[in-house]
Amino acid sequence: MLSTQNPDTRSSEVTYWFKAAEVSAFPADGGACVKYQNQQIAVFNFTRRNEWYACQNMCPHKQQMILARGLVGDQCGEPKVACPFHKKTFSLLTGENLNGECYEIQTYPVKVEDGFVYIGITE
Amino acid sequence: MSSSPAHPQRIVVIGNGMVGYKFCEKLVAKAQPGAYQITVFGEEPRPAYDRVHLSAYFSGTTAEELTMAPVSWYEENNINLHLGELVTGIDATSKLITTHKGLAISYDKLILATGSSAFVPPINGVEKEGVFVYRTIEDLDAMLEYAPKARTAAVIGGGLLGLEAAKAAMDMGLTTHVIEFASRLMPRQLDEFGSDMLKKKLENLGISIHLNKSTTAILGEPGVRKMTFADGSELDVDMIIVSAGIKPRDELAVKAGLSVGPRGGILVNDALQTSDPDIYAIGESALHGGMIYGLVAPGYDMAETVVTNLVGGEKTFKGFDMSTKLKLIGVDVASFGDPFISEPNARTIVFEDRIKGIYKRINISEDGKYLLGGILVGEAANYNMLLQTVQNRIIVPPDAEDLILGSRGGGSESAGAGVLSLPEEATICSCEGVSKGTICNSIKDEKLCDVASIKKCTKAGTSCGGCVPMLGDLLNATLKEMGQEVKQVLCEHFQYSRHEILDIVKVNNIRTFDELISHHGKGDGCEICKPAVASILASTWNELILKQATIQDTNDRYLANIQKGGTYSVVPRIAGGEITPEKLIVIGQVAAKYGLYTKITGGQRIDMFGARVDQLPDIWEELVNAGFESGHAYGKSLRTVKSCVGSTWCRYGLHDSVGFAIQIEERYRGLRSPHKLKGGVSGCVRECAEAQSKDFGIIATEKGWNLYICGNGGAKPQHAQLFATDLDTETCLRYLDRFLMFYIKTAEPLNRTATWLNKMEGGIEYLRQVIIEDSLGICADLEREMEFMVDTYACEWKEVVNNPELRKRFQHFVNTPEPDPSINFRPERGQKVPVI
Ligand code: SRM
Ligand SMILES: Cc1cc2nc3c(=O)[nH]c(=O)nc-3n(C[C@H](O)[C@H](O)[C@H](O)COP(=O)(O)OP(=O)(O)OC[C@H]3O[C@@H](n4cnc5c(N)ncnc54)[C@H](O)[C@@H]3O)c2cc1C
Ligand code: SF4
Ligand code: FES
Repeated sequence: MLSTQNPDTRSSEVTYWFKAAEVSAFPADGGACVKYQNQQIAVFNFTRRNEWYACQNMCPHKQQMILARGLVGDQCGEPKVACPFHKKTFSLLTGENLNGECYEIQTYPVKVEDGFVYIGITE
Repeated sequence: MSSSPAHPQRIVVIGNGMVGYKFCEKLVAKAQPGAYQITVFGEEPRPAYDRVHLSAYFSGTTAEELTMAPVSWYEENNINLHLGELVTGIDATSKLITTHKGLAISYDKLILATGSSAFVPPINGVEKEGVFVYRTIEDLDAMLEYAPKARTAAVIGGGLLGLEAAKAAMDMGLTTHVIEFASRLMPRQLDEFGSDMLKKKLENLGISIHLNKSTTAILGEPGVRKMTFADGSELDVDMIIVSAGIKPRDELAVKAGLSVGPRGGILVNDALQTSDPDIYAIGESALHGGMIYGLVAPGYDMAETVVTNLVGGEKTFKGFDMSTKLKLIGVDVASFGDPFISEPNARTIVFEDRIKGIYKRINISEDGKYLLGGILVGEAANYNMLLQTVQNRIIVPPDAEDLILGSRGGGSESAGAGVLSLPEEATICSCEGVSKGTICNSIKDEKLCDVASIKKCTKAGTSCGGCVPMLGDLLNATLKEMGQEVKQVLCEHFQYSRHEILDIVKVNNIRTFDELISHHGKGDGCEICKPAVASILASTWNELILKQATIQDTNDRYLANIQKGGTYSVVPRIAGGEITPEKLIVIGQVAAKYGLYTKITGGQRIDMFGARVDQLPDIWEELVNAGFESGHAYGKSLRTVKSCVGSTWCRYGLHDSVGFAIQIEERYRGLRSPHKLKGGVSGCVRECAEAQSKDFGIIATEKGWNLYICGNGGAKPQHAQLFATDLDTETCLRYLDRFLMFYIKTAEPLNRTATWLNKMEGGIEYLRQVIIEDSLGICADLEREMEFMVDTYACEWKEVVNNPELRKRFQHFVNTPEPDPSINFRPERGQKVPVI
């Protein structure tokens, strides 16, 4: 059984693990969007690092529902996603905007169990 | 929890402008959590915004983008923000303020950051409809609403703000006049020659400048129609922007009995305390050492001073340098140190180029050792260096003229060495008060590798942006000092240029991004190198790009252009612009069936907009079945080859331009390149296909075809240059093969052919030698490589449509087939458009 988890999450605070989809639904080194209740959550399968991340799908720059379609990468080692619209980048660890702008995004803990991806929800 | 004092100190800030906000930002950053309870009152309806870049509002920057920090920021930092609320009274004895809404709040320390308002001289008629000031977003909205009714605008005041206002008037499409009372423009910054040069430049742009003019009255009923002047002349105008200076907002201070200056401004000491030690004044409302500082950097330094003292540190405000550099209506203007000092107190060197409109003046100390100040008009690239030279009393070179003439003959700009020669304490970013030492140390300690991370880490360059070029210089210099080679590299992950990576890919037979970065790069890649490498791989191996979908830019990943709202467009190839009625009908049917907005593009084809990602494969299935192929409108690849109707129909046509355009478009369709490629073929010199504005353009002659290359439209249009004349069809194609392949192999990412040629040493003559004379002996290779691309072409949409695995990737959610519920449309002119 494989169980990777991104290092910096408040998984201890998670009240509910939402079963999102099978691992195969998420392209290697890329993202896909998951619907949880009325929320859109972007989930990234960062294969190169053998890590998973999740964050809000909406880019705060121009409120576009798009981050899942962004490119993943790293800035000086910190995992990040670049919004496809204007390439604003966000840390996948903290949600912080890496271009020095003042908006940030919500991130979620992720775990993988028995071939399924779970997103940690904190009520 | 950290320990917090029993009673947090109550800080009230009056005024939520740039400086008031900066005060909050700095206090939050420096204070112990819970030590202060901050309440802010702002008269304006929105949180503090970037007034310095106010003019950008006219060119489409939104109020949100100008905002310094959103309301949520204040909430997150427990700041009580009252917007749209004017403080009307201060009771300094009982330490209480009252607002126009009747709210009363006690304070321990009070900060006046009330800024200033526009100074409106008492001219007869200034109250008339059509007279505006230029200070707030509301002022701008009012102007924008009025401007459509107006044709001619006059700006009263030829200073820094007046010229900004003139630009705004021009942007609103008005005939623009500037009226200045003094004998020169920007009298505080420029001397007569500098003003002259600026005046000429502005006049060339269509702005009329009137100097030595004092306005006596504004006439018209009800709205402005005419201005009259003291010299008896008149001017017909229907809109006026008054920009004659600023008036500090000290009315509240006066009412509260605080001391103010004889000509206004709240008197403060070096700690920015007013005559009541618990009340501070900062920003444009404060009068320090007889000065009102109408710039943002001194205001920020004042905020820093007060915050430092509040949290128990020590700092005094010692006045501020008023040096400025601006881009006024596209003209660089800078003035630094003492711009006016002259004989006998200083020696002056002047450089003037009337053809290019450049004026530079530097004032050197009598002993020739120090730079005292100067003026730059038309070209101000080394402003930062000059300012630093003044401020740090750096000894100037024996040939002081080098400072403004730059390096003549001897290698490239010596600015790099210049930055290094600055002392550690030299202030690089004066807005945020960041020194050279701080920047260099963070580069070393935090291992910063680009300007963006320097900005983030030190805040330098985040305000007016003036020092950003110096940050780049410092970065390069520091990295070099640390023994890291500085060269043209792709990004932090690859220490190679695009050209070198292409060679590596080819020589080592590398097929995937992963393989490349694992062996020849470091880290995990980013939004810069991934698409660049994707393009290189595609240009080398021509494999289906969706094999590595997640290294593609989003347009390539979904084989469609993304639009506002997250939908995509569909553009089938219509080679040369030629299409049968049957195919036109199919496009109409498909668009109608899926409810797509349709438009004829500027590239002689049809774009269907508003497709959801999950609809793309179905739409393309219908198009592919009807014989359409991808138009690659999403790729950095060949777009269109425009044609004119040519000899088949046109009475002037010399050859079949449509047929040739189609042949070329089909030859290079799908060809991935550093940037997009466009072509055109015209049937005669009348040039109806606009071939000379394309990356390659072909024009029929009596004897064959003339080939033009490296032109483009877009933001920086450039005409294509004549490359070879009277070619037969076959030779023309051969040259094109070689030219395109050579471009693909050697250009930097996202450089169009024109940019590539502009940078090429030897220019078009060199290119002719390579492509026509085969001076490098590579032409056979280039042709072979192009032949491979042509032979291996396959329509990528056709492959997706027929591949169920790939089709599955086109959906919004992976855990439900539902479409994105946030997509919304509204009708307009009989079609749908996105709601945003
Ligand atoms: C649809 C169209 C406008 C129209 O309604 O006519 C268009 C639409 C876009 N253009 Fe364009 N351009 C269109 C003709 C042009 C032309 C005119 C032409 O080709 O004759 C030009 C100037 C000629 C040139 O390119 O040299 C043009 C110069 C640009 C540029 C500036 C390129 C430059 O080198 O400066 C961009 C930005 C870029 O590519 O980086 C751009 C980018 C774009 C993008 C792709 C912006 C984007 O990334 O979202 C737009 C995509 C719309 C969409 O979602 O489909 N578009 N664009 C035209 C499509 C032509 C086609 O059939 O493929
Ligand atoms: C068009 C334009 C271009 C400029 N360009 C530059 C430039 O290139 N470089 C540069 O350095 N500077 C520039 N400036 C100047 C710069 O914007 C100011 O120096 C800066 O905004 C001053 O900040 P402040 O906070 O002191 O005042 P403001 O930004 O004016 O803020 C004061 C705020 O206090 C509010 N206020 C006043 N009284 C009360 C009250 N009683 N109760 C509640 N609220 C109150 C006001 O409504 C206002 O919102 C420019 C200014 C303008 C207008
Ligand atoms: S000019 Fe081109 S890029 Fe700009 S809005 Fe029009 S279509 Fe979009
Ligand atoms: S919408 Fe995401 S960067 Fe602009």
